[in-house]
Amino acid sequence: MSEWWTYRLTSFLLFSPRTYYRTIELYNLAIWPAQLAGMAIGVAIVVLLMTSIGQRGRIIAALLAACWLWIAWSFHYQRYAQINWVAPWLAAAFVLQAVLLIVAGVLGGWLVLQPVGSRAFAIATSLVAITVVGYPFLAPLTGRAWTTAEVFGIAPDPTAIATVAVLALVRGRIRWLLLVVPLLWCAATALTLWAMKAPEAVVVVVATLFASWPALRGSRNQIRATEAT
Amino acid sequence: MWTRRRILRTLAVCGAYAALRPSLARAQSRSILTRPIPSTGELLPVVGLGTWITFNVGDDPAARDACTEVMRNFVEAGGRMIDSSPMYGSSQDVIGYGLRKAALAGRVFAADKVWISSGAQGREQIERSRRKWQVSRFDLVQVHNLLNWQEHLPTLFALKAAGQLRYVGITTSEGRRHRDIEQLMRNQPIDFVQVTYNPVDREVEERILPLARDRGIAVIVNRPFREGALVRALARQPLPAWAAEVDCGSWAQLVLKFIVSHPAVTCAIPATTSVAHVRENMNAAYGRLPDAELRQRIVAVVERA
Repeated sequence: MSEWWTYRLTSFLLFSPRTYYRTIELYNLAIWPAQLAGMAIGVAIVVLLMTSIGQRGRIIAALLAACWLWIAWSFHYQRYAQINWVAPWLAAAFVLQAVLLIVAGVLGGWLVLQPVGSRAFAIATSLVAITVVGYPFLAPLTGRAWTTAEVFGIAPDPTAIATVAVLALVRGRIRWLLLVVPLLWCAATALTLWAMKAPEAVVVVVATLFASWPALRGSRNQIRATEAT
Repeated sequence: MWTRRRILRTLAVCGAYAALRPSLARAQSRSILTRPIPSTGELLPVVGLGTWITFNVGDDPAARDACTEVMRNFVEAGGRMIDSSPMYGSSQDVIGYGLRKAALAGRVFAADKVWISSGAQGREQIERSRRKWQVSRFDLVQVHNLLNWQEHLPTLFALKAAGQLRYVGITTSEGRRHRDIEQLMRNQPIDFVQVTYNPVDREVEERILPLARDRGIAVIVNRPFREGALVRALARQPLPAWAAEVDCGSWAQLVLKFIVSHPAVTCAIPATTSVAHVRENMNAAYGRLPDAELRQRIVAVVERA
């Protein structure tokens, strides 16, 4: 791209805010009542996080992978691609995330979560719960119709935020590999919303920072432990 | 029987009627402002229709119908040039939908672009675009933002020579790559150049617009309202009374008349999703145009806003 410095954020926005939210609305109407299934999966993940059953890492990874696969196909490839020619690549990135979750979490069993009871754990679990239950309320709170509500497991933004919150609790360096796509999506969607002057941009940024905190804190502790030995 | 005396009397009565009804006389004499395409002399109305962002509405039936109404009103008001690009998401599909639904295909000047890195895939992309528009051929295809013009321009000239295309052009926006644009205007037999121009962005006045006149190249003006920001900023102050001297009832019309009153400009292409706005824009293609003194007043008042 020539003279890249002359481009503004809005130069990359291919659609109007009205078209963007209308796309979400038509998607919601077309897939109803899949939103209920998405919320049920979200609630199940919160419950699994609060229990200490042996296979919870594998189950959570499988549930998250299912959500990422669904969004890749049903939202990015079938809907968003109509107004954004980058969307097929976004669909591929979401499929990649699902594959990583299946390989590392379901087959590898490497999704070992921090113990229940830590402060990081409480923050992450609360954030997942708030995202699952509260994110749809952003639509009416920002003056949009309920039909444009973004639901966990169905819409990319709440799904990515909740995924970051869960993966930030994972022990070991594998979490950084698993966090790449969700964090990149959060950054991309925040920039898109910012370009549209949508207040949700701030919500995405703040929620992502909170969600990432346990991962950053875990890395710092790991470095300190290494230095101590 | 129609004798000479009767004919003269009838004409006299008609003349008196027209004099008594000036508005009717004005309406009858109202003709759209046009500019010739220098390479052929074909006349084009000075206001066209852009589709960046506004026509990218996906498969939303209500939004597609709204775009169709914009196109219908545009053509009914005398408009001809509709401009799009493969870069504009679903805009080409939406144009095709509207042209078919409102039966407008033969009445528009179809302007599109080639926008792909691979020169070998240029023809294929143009053909895909043509199928989306549902037209027999494009009137104009432009190299979008000069992307791989080295390979695309020969393709476009070949299509023109084969009668599969009527005009060839190049585009840029927001002042980018003006040196390259100038070079191509000097060295390539292009028919059209598309640039950004409005009372704020006037860099093209220095070299590109004079060069277009010298070389006989038609000029399309994009982003006349800076994607709406210019008109929104101007709306905070009242329209000057002298706007009526050039038959302008709104800031949008004053800005458009400033643009199309430049002698090198062939056509400005504002984009909109609103029927009211397209009618308002098309009204700028009628009536008087500002002279040099009034153009300076427009610049002064816009710069103060």
